[in-house]
Amino acid sequence: MTREIRPETGSPERHLSPQELERFTECVLPYLDAAHNLAHYLLRDPYEAEDAVQEAFLRAIRHFDGFRGVDGRAWLLSIVRNACFTQLRRRRSGGDKVEFDEEMHSLEKEESEPEADLSSTIAAESVREALSQLAVEFREVMVLRELEGLSYKEIAQVAGVPMGTVMSRLARGRKQLLVALRAGAKEND
Amino acid sequence: MVCRDVMDRLSPFLDDELDPVASREVSRHLESCADCAAAFDRRRRLSESLRRDLEYHRASDLLRARVVRDARAAVGEGARSRRAAPSWRWLSVAAAVVAVVGGTWWVTTLPREHADDLTAREVVSGHIRSLMANHLTDVASTDQHTVKPWFAGKLDFSPPVTDFAAAGYPLVGGRLDYLQGHPVAALVYLHHQHVINVFVWPAATALERFTRATTHQGFHVIHATHAGMAYWVVSDLNAEELASFARMFAAPPAKPS
Repeated sequence: MTREIRPETGSPERHLSPQELERFTECVLPYLDAAHNLAHYLLRDPYEAEDAVQEAFLRAIRHFDGFRGVDGRAWLLSIVRNACFTQLRRRRSGGDKVEFDEEMHSLEKEESEPEADLSSTIAAESVREALSQLAVEFREVMVLRELEGLSYKEIAQVAGVPMGTVMSRLARGRKQLLVALRAGAKEND
Repeated sequence: MVCRDVMDRLSPFLDDELDPVASREVSRHLESCADCAAAFDRRRRLSESLRRDLEYHRASDLLRARVVRDARAAVGEGARSRRAAPSWRWLSVAAAVVAVVGGTWWVTTLPREHADDLTAREVVSGHIRSLMANHLTDVASTDQHTVKPWFAGKLDFSPPVTDFAAAGYPLVGGRLDYLQGHPVAALVYLHHQHVINVFVWPAATALERFTRATTHQGFHVIHATHAGMAYWVVSDLNAEELASFARMFAAPPAKPS
């Protein structure tokens, strides 16, 4: 279920009117930090993240006439995530070609796996490590939910998937994190 | 609702995304089922930990400046091609290399430098620091009416702050720096890929000055005094453009430069 991304082929220069720049500054620019945070977690490379964000902003500027809504954050983040996934595909085309498969790994097996007991505090480092090991599609929804506090509807808009998919990815992402944290805790015993 | 159904809904329940009826049912079940309650608790703690422990990667000042420049470049008919030329990280790498090489040179030639040269070197070091330390601006704003008041109370003088975006030199923010043993104002401008630092402090002389660009460690430096303020303008921008920028700053068009 990969979403098609239109390639940017030297599209004609789009100029913003001064009024549009004002609106852009008001509705889109404030989410630069959110954009960068998302790109950082998706790409896991600070330089690629910065380049992807700048690329995404250029697209946002070019297509600002297509921005009708009031939710500049979801609009911008969806452009950012598309830029990041394009970059990830570029990376993969050089090496392994593993595409994300929603049904990969049997759900039942996953569900029966034991979870970490979080009654004691979890080490921050283990949590970060566990998140970085998630498939990017799970990492994406986790970051949008836990760090950006987006609703399922907004996440669906950003990721370009139905709300039901958002729900199942979040549930499975959490499950996988809990399983990974338990495995990590056992290793340290 | 049986355990199986509740387990399936723990995640949306945690996110407050269930409809009120389902939400009530899950809630009621959790009160009476220890297993499900424990599973829910693990998810709640995980969520808390993620929010607390994950780093939020804010955009750097440089990225902000790049994006602001791109947006501004898209305005008006005068907008030129704004495709990013070499990536900015090479700029900082180059700056780092220059800093190391230049540093050695400084030590061996120090006794021969006169006062202006020493200041110019300090200014260049300040410029390089601002690029390397990811600390370009303390106040990131393209609005001169935000940047100017920011300095109030931090300095015992009020630096003139003007945005020259119309001329292609957008203001991107300001910063406090420390030069010549005093806190000074650093104004940050952009021109294409180039960062320009303008260091400002009260001039020791009432004379109006405007020096030709000198080169230190690969950066151009122009010194001017105007209306009681000393300006040190530094960038890797070419000397001609830097001079025309400095003239806007230190000698407004009303006055001959």
